[in-house]
Amino acid sequence: MLDTIEYTSPKPKVIAGAKHDWELVIGLEIHAQVQSQAKLFSGASTLFGNEPNSNVAFVDSAMPGMLPVINEFCVEQAVRTGLGLKAEINLFSAFDRKNYFYPDLPQGYQISQLYHPIVGNGEVLVDMEPGVARKVRIERIHLEQDAGKSIHDMDPTMSFVDLNRTGVALMEIVSFPDIRGPEEAAAYVLKLRQILRYLGTCDGNMQNGSMRADVNVSVCRVGQYEKFAETGDFSHLGTRCELKNMNSTRFIQAAIDYEARRQIAIIEDGGEIKQETRLYDADKNETRSMRSKEEAHDYRYFPDPDLLPLEIEQAWVDDIAASLPELPDEKKARFVTAFGLSEYDASVLTADTANAAYFERVAEGTDGKLAANWVINELFGRLKKDDKDISDSPVSAEQLGGVVKLIKAGDISGKIAKDLFEIVYTEGGDPAKIVEDRGMKQVTDMGAIEAAVDEVIAANPAQVEKAKQNPKLVGFFVGQVMKASGGKANPAAVNELVTKKLGL
Amino acid sequence: MTDLNKLTLAEARDGLRKGEFTSSDLTEACLTSIKAAQKLNAFVHDTSEQAREQAKAADARIAAGDAPNMCGLPIGVKDVFATKGQPTQAASKILDGFKPEYESTITTKLFDAGAVMLGKLNMDEFAMGSSNENSVYGPAVNPWKIDDRDLTPGGSSGGSAAAVAADLCLAATGTDTGGSIRQPAAFTGTVGIKPTYGRCSRWGVVAYASSLDQAGPMTKSVRDAAIMLEAMAGHDAKDSTSADLAVPDFEAMITGDIKGKKIGIAKEYRIDGISDEIAKLWDDGAAMLRDAGAEIVDVSLPHTQYALPAYYVIAPAEASSNLARYDGVRYGHRAQIDASEGIDDMYEKTRAEGFGREVQRRIMVGTYVLSAGFYDAYYNRARKVRTLIKRDFEQVFDSGVDAILAPTTPSAAFGIGEVTGKDPIEMYLNDVFTVTLNLAGLPGISVPTGLSSAGLPLGLQLIGRPWGEGDLLNIAHSLEQSAGFVSKPTKWW
Repeated sequence: MLDTIEYTSPKPKVIAGAKHDWELVIGLEIHAQVQSQAKLFSGASTLFGNEPNSNVAFVDSAMPGMLPVINEFCVEQAVRTGLGLKAEINLFSAFDRKNYFYPDLPQGYQISQLYHPIVGNGEVLVDMEPGVARKVRIERIHLEQDAGKSIHDMDPTMSFVDLNRTGVALMEIVSFPDIRGPEEAAAYVLKLRQILRYLGTCDGNMQNGSMRADVNVSVCRVGQYEKFAETGDFSHLGTRCELKNMNSTRFIQAAIDYEARRQIAIIEDGGEIKQETRLYDADKNETRSMRSKEEAHDYRYFPDPDLLPLEIEQAWVDDIAASLPELPDEKKARFVTAFGLSEYDASVLTADTANAAYFERVAEGTDGKLAANWVINELFGRLKKDDKDISDSPVSAEQLGGVVKLIKAGDISGKIAKDLFEIVYTEGGDPAKIVEDRGMKQVTDMGAIEAAVDEVIAANPAQVEKAKQNPKLVGFFVGQVMKASGGKANPAAVNELVTKKLGL
Repeated sequence: MTDLNKLTLAEARDGLRKGEFTSSDLTEACLTSIKAAQKLNAFVHDTSEQAREQAKAADARIAAGDAPNMCGLPIGVKDVFATKGQPTQAASKILDGFKPEYESTITTKLFDAGAVMLGKLNMDEFAMGSSNENSVYGPAVNPWKIDDRDLTPGGSSGGSAAAVAADLCLAATGTDTGGSIRQPAAFTGTVGIKPTYGRCSRWGVVAYASSLDQAGPMTKSVRDAAIMLEAMAGHDAKDSTSADLAVPDFEAMITGDIKGKKIGIAKEYRIDGISDEIAKLWDDGAAMLRDAGAEIVDVSLPHTQYALPAYYVIAPAEASSNLARYDGVRYGHRAQIDASEGIDDMYEKTRAEGFGREVQRRIMVGTYVLSAGFYDAYYNRARKVRTLIKRDFEQVFDSGVDAILAPTTPSAAFGIGEVTGKDPIEMYLNDVFTVTLNLAGLPGISVPTGLSSAGLPLGLQLIGRPWGEGDLLNIAHSLEQSAGFVSKPTKWW
């Protein structure tokens, strides 16, 4: 279903060590905040940036006797996300408690889905360049609560806690170790973000923490991965380390690169990689150990007795599936086939739904390829210059469509079209009317104009003589020709012809 | 008007409606008796101001002809129920000073029905215990006495049982996780019903073990239990485990007619160590039901012997997680720490200071059974046992049995300090007849049916079908009538 465009897989990244060549094996766990007004188990708002501790219901602050009640919309969003990732939807799922102590976790446990996640196996096609894409398999998606925020820098002796984020719904999207390089990892995050934005299930704002990634990295000798892929036996691979809580694709790339080289150096020195959780320090561009496997928490997962298993109906899933928007891969394929665009142009235009929708309105009833050129080269270029977004473009899709139609009809030249675009961009107005009013229309039938000129000259011999004395009178002939042509002739062309015919 | 506090709910309701006395009269009578009963240590938080206001409001409703069954009836509320603006600390130091900004669904429903809250009642800390000795307020004392020893009223709803038995209130709320309503009812000669799991909302009830906890009334008669349960029961959207089922008119289901009812006697309940006295009480109870027209049949609940160990895995497991929120960060007790100490020190000291020994023991047991490597051997195994126990009951009820008759407790009330402080298993054995119902989610009621040779009340337990509280109350009423238990403790306090 994904492969309406033919793809080949990218080559895995190879890092040359001192002794051998090494390949990377990467798997990601993405925590994506569910786009929803209310939290996963309470009615409190999820709005980012509110006063600390203002979006807090009694259940969020874990007051005695308070109970969670599932927010059905968050479930719907998770199902929608699963469907968008071509994944199995589990009609039966259940919530478990993950127990640990931390001040930003008021309950002393996070409600998550360990044993029965709501979404099972799916896949994401990660485009690397035209014709090249990596198919990354999704292992599972489960719903869970976010924690609050501990603030350690407000007071020299005390720490503060903001519970606004406590209990906000997260989808943890877990990939298989199918990613083979830092660039692929970054591209995977961006592709996932694109899909989630298309679906409207996560705003993908990494700066605000709406999307965060835990990255599992290991290295292996060339050829080992294929053995793993064949057998599923992890012993063919190296020991992995987990890089926790990354919130930028740039840092993800840098951190993976650093981490892979660190592991290679250790192995080539005869050392062993310890399975552990590490943190990336962007300032120093290095990863540091956070806790080893031995220090790992025992989370004592068990089914949450406050919540019944989550049982949903296939019909409901089908309804959600029916309401799914066209997704990036399909849209891109359609743009290629329906509009004859290059894969590159189609990718640019389908990067987000606003761009794609804008383009489609521009292309309506005219040449798609031409429309794509104008959207990508002229409009995007101009917007970028002004640091503007498509949503605040001064030129509407209808206006740009008008410009494209005038070009396509041969009414204006490409050169004039650029002038016209600038006028529309800065002054606004209907492009066709501007072309009319300012006489920008291209003359197409020079013979007809010439005939009209000859006719006017023949009919006014006296004026011809006067004009020969006083070239300023040329305007009279031009006016007459324009009148005769019903104003459709290009005044500049008429002027040129009259001057020539009168021998001025 | 004297002794209004001795009335049952039904008598008081009828008297209020006839205008024989007012809710304020009833309330004052109870408040006076509470004041005179400090030695029982049953009421631990005074809410008399709220009580007087509620009584006045109830009198106005009665005068206006808008009087639901519970209107104007003074009750006590177990300290485990969140009561808005009133101390709520589940008898724990860790909730020292805690006054919730919310009202539990159960108390909300009772107040909406016009009930008057006299005060908060003593209990075992976080409802963990069978003697009410695990309480930051000190032990509640049983109004029943046979010598100079103070006896426990049972637990965890010991304060509720003592208060009802001593006529300090007309009735009280309780909660039952492994027998915490039924065992104290049996120890004090009162009636206590644990409804089907999901019948009463858990919202606003300080959690012990979420899959087992269930609130219920503790009363002076079976009829009263029916009246009060109806006011407490019902679906609550705020509790996902609450059942969306209509609440029948339980009182109307008490017809006195149990002809043709099949009552099961489970041979597995004839455990070693059951006293002759209890065995006789049980036989007598069966005979009474037979005389009233019921058919007595032998049934088998083969997995009964595994119930107590399964309970003492599942309940502590859930408790260890439920009680994690008491960390000193947001409310309740917080230990003082030195500048050199960190958050883990704060947690450790707060919880060491704030939780009593039994609570700590169960948190440790619960943490252990959920630990990596032990989860399958303990917790998962206990869950499987639970499924088997549930199936035992289903098979019995599927065979046409309407209720199962069993002793409530293996013995009569014991003295304060007699069991506690020794092997905790000995205390846990008090729950041997009661925990199976919690594991199966079934309703059960304890009815006083006789006195021990020493003169202490003894109770029998009836176990009903899921959601069959009405039928169960009817059978229990018949047993109550046949037994004719009218003894009251002699006032010594």
